[in-house]
Amino acid sequence: MPEQALPPQQAPPHTDVPALEQQIAQLIVQGLNLPMTAAQIDPEAPLYGAGLGLDSIDILEIALIASKQYGIQLRADDQENDQIFRSLRHFARYVAEQRTK
Amino acid sequence: MQALPLIAHRRADAVIAWREGRPITAAAFVAAARALATHLPGATHALNLCADRYHFAVGVAAALLADCCSLLPSTHAPEVIRHLHALAPGMICLTDGGAADDVLTQLRCPVLPVHALALTEAGLGGAQAWSVPQIAADRLAALIFTSGSTGSPLPHAKRFGSLVQSVQAGARRLWRCARGSIVATVPAQHMYGFESSVLLPLQSGGALCAERPFFPADIAASLQRLPRPRILCSTPVHLRALIQTGISLPPLDRVICATALLEPQLAQQIERRYGAPLLEIYGSTETGQIASRRTTAGQAWHLWPGVRLTCSAQTCRAQGGHVQQPTPMADVLEPLDARHFLLHGRAADLVNVAGKRSSLAYLSHQLNAIPGVHDGAFFVRADAPASLSGITRLAAFAVAPQLDSPRILAALRERIDPVFLPRPLLLLERLPRNSTGKLPQHTLRALAAQLAAGAPELFE
Repeated sequence: MPEQALPPQQAPPHTDVPALEQQIAQLIVQGLNLPMTAAQIDPEAPLYGAGLGLDSIDILEIALIASKQYGIQLRADDQENDQIFRSLRHFARYVAEQRTK
Repeated sequence: MQALPLIAHRRADAVIAWREGRPITAAAFVAAARALATHLPGATHALNLCADRYHFAVGVAAALLADCCSLLPSTHAPEVIRHLHALAPGMICLTDGGAADDVLTQLRCPVLPVHALALTEAGLGGAQAWSVPQIAADRLAALIFTSGSTGSPLPHAKRFGSLVQSVQAGARRLWRCARGSIVATVPAQHMYGFESSVLLPLQSGGALCAERPFFPADIAASLQRLPRPRILCSTPVHLRALIQTGISLPPLDRVICATALLEPQLAQQIERRYGAPLLEIYGSTETGQIASRRTTAGQAWHLWPGVRLTCSAQTCRAQGGHVQQPTPMADVLEPLDARHFLLHGRAADLVNVAGKRSSLAYLSHQLNAIPGVHDGAFFVRADAPASLSGITRLAAFAVAPQLDSPRILAALRERIDPVFLPRPLLLLERLPRNSTGKLPQHTLRALAAQLAAGAPELFE
């Protein structure tokens, strides 16, 4: 029997979150022109405000990354936003769960 | 003395605002403004920090009714609020959510939580009691602040009559769509948002939208909840994000864009994708809006009625129409005829980051005011790469032997809008001042290029 392709609604394959963290860190540093290397981002530091020093424009640009790279549309009224942007690690976990690409 | 109606809506049940798809009537708005005005007796100034656009509008209307001037700072950084309090010690603060709580408590500034007051149609006594308040044309409606080169926020007086004149002329530029419902991504406190997302609907009979959507998906959701005609009032940053995420919007009737120059290609993309004409607006906090163009129709800008440009070798001044005093424009303008001009770019000291304007002198002053900073200067890098949404950040050098970058950035965050925080902030032993003590931009840029050659990761 020919193999059926999985319909897109199936759960995404198991994602290596640490590798995803690194990929996202790289995308953020490049896309936002942050004056640091991806390796210098503390995965537990807060993204917004005093931690990584990101402002609202940066958050918008991270939303663009989420959309283009992972097919996720962020919403401001998402109850989870405090969690999502709490740190790179939190954001990577959110991407792992929600990605459609 | 001429008096003008607070709003253009003639019927008590006309829709004047939307909150999450629920309509708010003109009668409710007027009743809310009158009710809030009773809480402002004796206050000469009202600092309006409301994030919700409807609360903001009620706050401005209440201040007009109570003979109180609204203070609209460009940023809510604690130092700016302290400065305003020093200017107007009797000020009262209108908030709807806790912005700047700490500094307001420190200053013992009375705070009115607009969202918590019961501002309803109660007591209106039926439609017969409906009447539109009249406001004197020369009433000082607001002081809007810009960053002055001396390091202190500069106030610009906005009289009610001048605002109405400007905004009604703007309504005519929207080619019969002025009575639409307007979703805006810009804050109400900035001149553009104040004119186009608050005063415009109030003075044209249209409707404002209480929420301020941020992510592209939110913009879509806000627009979805409104009837047509639908107008999106935004900036190049957000319009670029809309195109980049490829998100669908419900049918639009107009797009308004301002705060930074919009590339013609992006204007084309927006018009094509969303099927609506795009009107770009040019102005300044000092003058308000003074020109517009349909970007896809050509480069030339069309001046507001009565506004004239007088240009010398160094600068252009705008005057006439709603612009009461001759006011230098910060950009390099080239008049084509009495009613049209071309826009060539910024004049030297002034910067525009993500649509927000400031001056390098002002920002450097803030840096130097930080205890422990012996010398410091902001500058624009020569080859700064643009970020995903097209933003180029400022950079800065500082001499501060006892401090590190994070501490300086934290102190700057208290004083300036976060969008101007330097990337990068580099610490040096001394700045390359010339023999007269000046620090020309080209010297700073050369130094940056030199450092980048040696250690590129500092500037990534």
